[in-house]
Amino acid sequence: MARAVGRNVRRKDGDAKVTGAAKYIDDLTFPGMMYGATIRSTIPRGTIAARHVALTDDFVIADHRDIPGPNYVALIDPDQPCLAVDHIRHFAEPILLVAHADKHALIDVHQRVTIETRALTPNYDPETSEACFKRISIDKGQIDFGFQISDFVIDGEYRTGHQEQLYIETNGVIAVPGDGAMTVYGSLQCPYYVHKALVVLLKLPPEKVRVVQTETGGGFGGKEEYPSMLACHAAILARKAKRPVKMIYDRVEDLLATTKRHPSIVRHRTGLKRDGRITAMDVDVIMDGGAYATLSAVVLSRGVIHATGPYRCDHVRIRGRAMMTHTPPNGAFRGFGAPQTQFAIEAHIDRISDRLGIDPVTLREINALRPGDTTATGQKLGKDASALPVLRDAVKRSRFTQKRKKLKGTNRGIGLSLFFHGSGFTGGGEVKLASKASLELTATGAKILVASTEIGQGTRTMHAQIVADALGVPFDAIDVHEADTAFVPDSGPTVASRTCMIVGKLLERCARDMRKRLGKLTPAQYYKKHGSFTVTSQYEPPPGLQWSDDTYAGDAYGSYAWGCNVVELEVDPVTFEVTPINVTAVAEIGQAIHPMMAIGQIEGGTAQGIGYALTEEVVMKDGRMANAQLTNYIIPTPLDAAPMDIGVMARPYQHGPFGAKGVGEMPIDGPAPAVINALRHCGFDVRSIPATPERLMSAFARENSAGRRRRTP
Amino acid sequence: MKLTVNGKTRTVTAHPMKRLLDVLREDCGLTGTKEGCGEGECGACTVLIDGVAVDSCIVPLAHAEGRKVITIEGATATRTGKALQDAFVVHGGAQCGICTPGMILAAARLKPGASEHDIKVALAGNLCRCTGYPAIFRSVKSALKRGRAR
Amino acid sequence: MPANPTSLSLERPASLKAALSMLAADPALTPIAGCTDVYVGLQFGTLTERRFIDLWDLKELRGISVDRDVLRIGALTTYTAIIQSTIVQKRLPMLVAASREVGGAQIQNRGTLGGNVANASPAGDTLPVLAAANARIVLRNHKGTRTVAFDSFYTGYRKSVRQPDELIVAIEMPRIDGQQWWRKVGTRRAQAISKIMMAAVRGRDLRIAFGSVAPTVVLAAKAAAVLRGGGSIADAQAALETEIAPIDDVRSTGEYRMKVAANLLAQFWNETR
Ligand SMILES: Cc1cc2nc3c(=O)[nH]c(=O)nc-3n(C[C@H](O)[C@H](O)[C@H](O)COP(=O)(O)OP(=O)(O)OC[C@H]3O[C@@H](n4cnc5c(N)ncnc54)[C@H](O)[C@@H]3O)c2cc1C
Ligand code: FES
Ligand code: FES
Repeated sequence: MARAVGRNVRRKDGDAKVTGAAKYIDDLTFPGMMYGATIRSTIPRGTIAARHVALTDDFVIADHRDIPGPNYVALIDPDQPCLAVDHIRHFAEPILLVAHADKHALIDVHQRVTIETRALTPNYDPETSEACFKRISIDKGQIDFGFQISDFVIDGEYRTGHQEQLYIETNGVIAVPGDGAMTVYGSLQCPYYVHKALVVLLKLPPEKVRVVQTETGGGFGGKEEYPSMLACHAAILARKAKRPVKMIYDRVEDLLATTKRHPSIVRHRTGLKRDGRITAMDVDVIMDGGAYATLSAVVLSRGVIHATGPYRCDHVRIRGRAMMTHTPPNGAFRGFGAPQTQFAIEAHIDRISDRLGIDPVTLREINALRPGDTTATGQKLGKDASALPVLRDAVKRSRFTQKRKKLKGTNRGIGLSLFFHGSGFTGGGEVKLASKASLELTATGAKILVASTEIGQGTRTMHAQIVADALGVPFDAIDVHEADTAFVPDSGPTVASRTCMIVGKLLERCARDMRKRLGKLTPAQYYKKHGSFTVTSQYEPPPGLQWSDDTYAGDAYGSYAWGCNVVELEVDPVTFEVTPINVTAVAEIGQAIHPMMAIGQIEGGTAQGIGYALTEEVVMKDGRMANAQLTNYIIPTPLDAAPMDIGVMARPYQHGPFGAKGVGEMPIDGPAPAVINALRHCGFDVRSIPATPERLMSAFARENSAGRRRRTP
Repeated sequence: MKLTVNGKTRTVTAHPMKRLLDVLREDCGLTGTKEGCGEGECGACTVLIDGVAVDSCIVPLAHAEGRKVITIEGATATRTGKALQDAFVVHGGAQCGICTPGMILAAARLKPGASEHDIKVALAGNLCRCTGYPAIFRSVKSALKRGRAR
Repeated sequence: MPANPTSLSLERPASLKAALSMLAADPALTPIAGCTDVYVGLQFGTLTERRFIDLWDLKELRGISVDRDVLRIGALTTYTAIIQSTIVQKRLPMLVAASREVGGAQIQNRGTLGGNVANASPAGDTLPVLAAANARIVLRNHKGTRTVAFDSFYTGYRKSVRQPDELIVAIEMPRIDGQQWWRKVGTRRAQAISKIMMAAVRGRDLRIAFGSVAPTVVLAAKAAAVLRGGGSIADAQAALETEIAPIDDVRSTGEYRMKVAANLLAQFWNETR
């Protein structure tokens, strides 16, 4: 029998998606269903003086007093109210909920509800903010000594802006009330996050709350924590109306109200030897968390752990803080802090390269982490550490060195970035999660029971491949249960590139256990004789993994994936528009379970990274996204798509299923710095993204007025 | 109001200014046509009217009256439609799948000899956030090649 | 969220004549053509009109023809029809180029030239082309037809001389002597609103027009005069700066638009002869 792992088997969800049969949340209706809308704050900060509602009694109206349990969205800190009581901390903060049987009746409800407020002065600057969500310090060696032994010290400041996930399906849920129970269907990544939030807010026993993921039209982190808020809203209305309530955001509301990638300010001070060796890295990381804590603490955590990039250095000091500002809360987005900090270090490395006169490849070769080296948290890397192999492969494929010389002095430039990304939850996170996965024997094979969601990345297919091979049955013999908390155990959230490496491994263990119990029988034979049984396995850390939350030292992740990007681009001298000519992305991801889907993750993440670098700007005016339409938030179209050359390398991770690591997030870490470094190569000194034509024009003007010789358009 | 949807004549009692998208989804029960923006920007709602690709979120029902509308549910019945559907599965053109019905219909009118640039122009009004597009181009190319082989 | 259709009304005249008498009787009716602007306005709630009259099936408003060396494009002509027209390709390639860059295929299949003109957005892509082409707008009401030079069609931000009972029936362009030049600088390669665009003709005539740099399309007469008189590019750019007044918005900055307008002028002059 052909193995499934490593082959491009037919996606489980493919046919339903291409024929229009797949049901997304907005495709469902329930008898008696009403539609819900949210009345939100129109100021960034203030107090609520009064609410005036002029609506007839065919409307169901709810506010914080209709919440049976504590009024917060349970996640990490209980700081974010589900519905504002008397304080407003950001624009578009939910205050009141309204439902009606006719969705058109909701169009102008916000005009018939008046929220009287008293404005307070907002603060949008994370640096001057007095409220801090989280501080993290990482120390390795002796930073002062590291600088003492250096020949040069080079510093720099790098900034990144908000980024919108921009899944094409907006957020949406349907809450269906039962007798002392609540079921929520929705477009979401983490059924058990939503479950927990509902249990707390509705004050219901866990078994009375059920969360079912419907087909989900993209997430990228944007449906990690936000759906908990939306599900709570729909549930409050449904409970009051005693009828199902559907809430689907239109695009504008989705853009205005939901989470974005954290903006960042990262400052580097780096000590170097004349020969290019790094002796000291002092990094200061500031993340703008927005108005509530959401996941800022863990975003910061991943950010600081990746802040020194894939480089060896004995003397490291990293200080990170996530600060409160009066904009809508920022949250999870593919990469989760690492794209911000690796943008900074990679842009910094090229500035060092310029200053030292050592070419960017050599400088990286000198300092890249190798097997046996230790990271900033002191983690000793295993044999699968692949910084050098990915660097060399990308340089060769892209003919970086030749082009770097050839393009010098033209309006084309070529730049590269080297990066890594830890798979799974940070530090002790996986131990705390203690995820479970189950496998049930069926008449024809087995059925996978996990809460890990299919959001386009291929969860169902990839899990089925792992189980098929571990159980020794054909791929088609494996079914996947929908992510429904009434049936599946909590395999943890579908985030952090953990669905393959961590949950896939649990399933592999389930399948091997099941295989043992089947003995010589096939699943069908066993089933006929003895009936069904279910195997469950729970996460156990690989032997030797150690982490301390107090010192922030130890094995931050079980394993890392490694990547190198090369971007060749052209700047139009008339308009300062940038055209990516070629993008090379080499990724080492352990064994690729489904090579085509892995490449799909790399291509998709790389495209998002190019958008992040060049065009994707959230224009914030008075704490409000001023460009909250699809026409004004600029993601790439098919005509903007850069040609990509993808290289996939495999250095198996011994504790991953069939040697797999994570792949989902890493691809977005590298494109932005590679773009910025290519821009530097053709003469534009930009240290913040997005590098819009407007910013490039200003950079150009700066350089010209500084008297540097420049080509004129 | 009468229109032909996927080869079947239908009479719908809906306002002539109702968005064709809503008519298809609510009055015809065809939920394969998706809404990503409602502003003509994303192309997820693409259908064919008399063979011409349009964004059904910005088309009034009145403009489909008496015309032939093809949605993703009807694409299966056409040779190119079916080839495209299969190719999107085989070549990874569909990840989350929300853009896929619109992509397939926007590609449906391409000729077998279409160049990569022709494909990009035909799909320029369709946004995909998952794939970054290369897998979509590969899917369309492969479907068109198969169309020629027949 | 889209407007509630039951709050809207739609008249559906069977002929142009019927349409004009409906408008005469009730000038508050708003015409709809390809709806690519109207439905966006209904979605965002920026369009407050509730009563509409449908032009989409009026054959009299379609068609591309040449009569006594005048190119006539019916108001309802879509971008796709313009792109495919061999007549327009030959006589007005800059309009074809501009049409190819409007939205994406679906928008080109529905959006009309008349709609772009009537919508009167300063970012309307065809407007600089029509200005540079010395176009005339043919307006008609139930009493008759009048023709307005494009230069005097707009009176301010989203304002024109078109009366509520009038329809745009066609756009006419005289033969163009000279090389045509077009460039759009948008937010991206497709589905892009222009940050700035320029259309120009260089030959016996020199006409240079810019969009997105002022409340309405600007014919840069002073800059053109400098160039026609043999002045330097730098002088022409300086003259241009006095003619346009670009502003900051969510898509770009006034500073960028000013600088790029000057660069476009230079590029045009270098690329044509
Ligand atoms: C996604 C998207 C992308 C777009 N991209 C571009 C772009 O790149 N460049 C660009 O310039 N535009 C763009 N547009 C705007 C739009 O497509 C154009 O302005 C189009 O030409 C409008 O034509 P229409 O027939 O759709 O007009 P409609 O929406 O039907 O009407 C627009 C206005 O014109 C009036 N009107 C229409 N026809 C007549 C007539 N014959 N007489 C009198 N009044 C009339 C209507 O009353 C209305 O006020 C885009 C729109 C969308 C949704
Ligand atoms: S929903 Fe119609 S184009 Fe986006
Ligand atoms: S496959 Fe998800 S948006 Fe295209």
